[in-house]
Amino acid sequence: MSVLDIRDLQTHFFTDDGVVKAVDGVSFSLDAGEVLGLVGESGSGKSVTGFSILRLVDPPGRVVGGEILFHGQDLAQLSNREMRSLRGNRIAMIFQDPMMTLNPVLRIETQMVEAVRAHERISHAAARDRAITTLAKVGIPSAAERLAAYPHQFSGGMRQRVAIAIALLNGPELIVADEPTTALDVTIQSQILAEVQELARETGTALIWITHDLAVVAGLADKISVMYAGRIVESGPTDQVLAAPQHPYTAGLLGSIPGHGRRGERLTQIPGMAPSMSRLPVGCAFAPRCDLASEICRSTAPMVTETGAGQGYRCHHPNAAQKVAT
Amino acid sequence: MSADIHIAPTTDPAKLWRIASRVAGLAVVAALVMLLGGVGLPPLWSRIILLVGLVALAAVLLRGKYAKFFSGPSAYVATACLLLLIVLAIFATELSPQNPYDLRQLDIMDGRQPPGSTNFDRTLTFHLGTDEQGRDILSGILYGLRVSLSVSIAATLIAMLIGVVVGIYAAWAGGRIEAILMRIVDFQLSFPSILVALMLMAAFGRGLDKIVIALIIVQWAYYARTVRGTALSETRKEYIDAARGLGLPAWRIVFGHLLPNCIPPLIVISTVQVANTIVLESSLSFLGVGVPITQPSLGLLIANGYGYMLSGQYWMSMYPGVALLAIVAAINMVGDRLRDTLNPRLTR
Repeated sequence: MSVLDIRDLQTHFFTDDGVVKAVDGVSFSLDAGEVLGLVGESGSGKSVTGFSILRLVDPPGRVVGGEILFHGQDLAQLSNREMRSLRGNRIAMIFQDPMMTLNPVLRIETQMVEAVRAHERISHAAARDRAITTLAKVGIPSAAERLAAYPHQFSGGMRQRVAIAIALLNGPELIVADEPTTALDVTIQSQILAEVQELARETGTALIWITHDLAVVAGLADKISVMYAGRIVESGPTDQVLAAPQHPYTAGLLGSIPGHGRRGERLTQIPGMAPSMSRLPVGCAFAPRCDLASEICRSTAPMVTETGAGQGYRCHHPNAAQKVAT
Repeated sequence: MSADIHIAPTTDPAKLWRIASRVAGLAVVAALVMLLGGVGLPPLWSRIILLVGLVALAAVLLRGKYAKFFSGPSAYVATACLLLLIVLAIFATELSPQNPYDLRQLDIMDGRQPPGSTNFDRTLTFHLGTDEQGRDILSGILYGLRVSLSVSIAATLIAMLIGVVVGIYAAWAGGRIEAILMRIVDFQLSFPSILVALMLMAAFGRGLDKIVIALIIVQWAYYARTVRGTALSETRKEYIDAARGLGLPAWRIVFGHLLPNCIPPLIVISTVQVANTIVLESSLSFLGVGVPITQPSLGLLIANGYGYMLSGQYWMSMYPGVALLAIVAAINMVGDRLRDTLNPRLTR
């Protein structure tokens, strides 16, 4: 049985301007030790998907439909208390901004020990020991002394390591990482990516890596889901999606990355802006920005076309898509 | 990744500061318990511990920021002035030439003597004169300072406690609970505080405990509103989401993570609010509804001498008035410096 199985998840925000369908029918599943890259531009609903899994969506947002099955159990059916005992324990989350996710006025020791003792009845000393081992595991030198420091005494990369260590403390089965390396510079980013990948392999933790950067998931993820306007427009094994994108949006994203063998060539760009989530077009949400759009795209939203297990796309003109990239 | 800070386990300054603040806090509490309960060490020792503890707490609060705090002559003057007045208040029993509460020491024949005169057998000089019952004004001021300060500080601390709990709960709970609590706060703040306090004191009667309760009821709303404002902006920050993502219970997030981040503005308004409370308490006492006549505060001393002002016997009202002015001005100036020093928003 897969660790996480999301079926037709719908998270809507009920604002004064109308209902914003931030996540509108997202489905994917994840096995132990597997890494899923959830890719999309800002406002495509990828973070809200992550928050929905942990049931951390704040009003006016609400999960209105679908199932989030964690080891076959629907998280929506759990009481708040049961959900709380899962959070930080069996499902952990790593947040985007390492400057903001650690409480500025509490020492690292306080925050880590608290995270352990919220879920286990163990002594302060034992919790502290585990904090030290975890900090060492994510590559923080002289961890025991660093415990007494405050977050502002760490650099951004070190802080994100601490945040990752806190997520790893209780040996979770699933980690939702919401753009954890976006705020870091590239060298630190690659270090952390390598470490996280190794840790996930070692412990068999399933990992959802939310990012807007296809380059990051290319080396990290086993499979990719590309989100656009609250929907997954394409998903599949990483190499297949990257090698042969079916959806023009994926192709456009790939074309906008500078890479090998393309020296001197112009990068392609996707024209226009991500649509406002409260006023989505009738047909395919990507149609106004798509070179391949035809009448049917503007009138009917495409359904998912499955091309294999956990592999599929939402497009009326899938075969033409690859031409955009090349 | 080289270590950019060096912390030796034994002489970690942050740890020493933490221990210092705990010891100082304990010392202050213990000294107060011993003084109020009349147990343990002799009062003089308790008072010394209290003073040292208070100074240590102030030092912990300002650690690493002394240069910023003492950045002008006004800061030195105000701090020295406040410290002097606090010493005078704490050691009033030891310093004052006469116990103004002890009727056996008062002689009606010494009544209304001008500053510098002596009593009948020349054993006592009234440097600031006497009031109508032959009570030494200087002693009265020292004891009055103690009453004024302790009443205001106690009222401010308890009001802050209540206000913080209400404000932070309102910010956290949101929705209808927040609306109801904040409308109560608005309602409370729409009355002039002196009016509310007057009505309460008229209902309660005189007494130190009663004036403390009245001052708390008048003041808690300020804190509730301030804390709610800070807490609202802090709740939106990611570390709160992260704490929820760790599965911490709500009360732990509120009191362990949210509250410590709301403290700096609280320290600032509480210092300024102590000054306001002193003025309010003095006003109530002046109007005759405050402290009991046997335990005069500065306001009551001013009121006692007020009737003789126009007959040229100015000292009975004026010197307590000067003392009141000095303490309020000193607290306000120190509070201003504290705000500049502790408020991170002003440094950016």
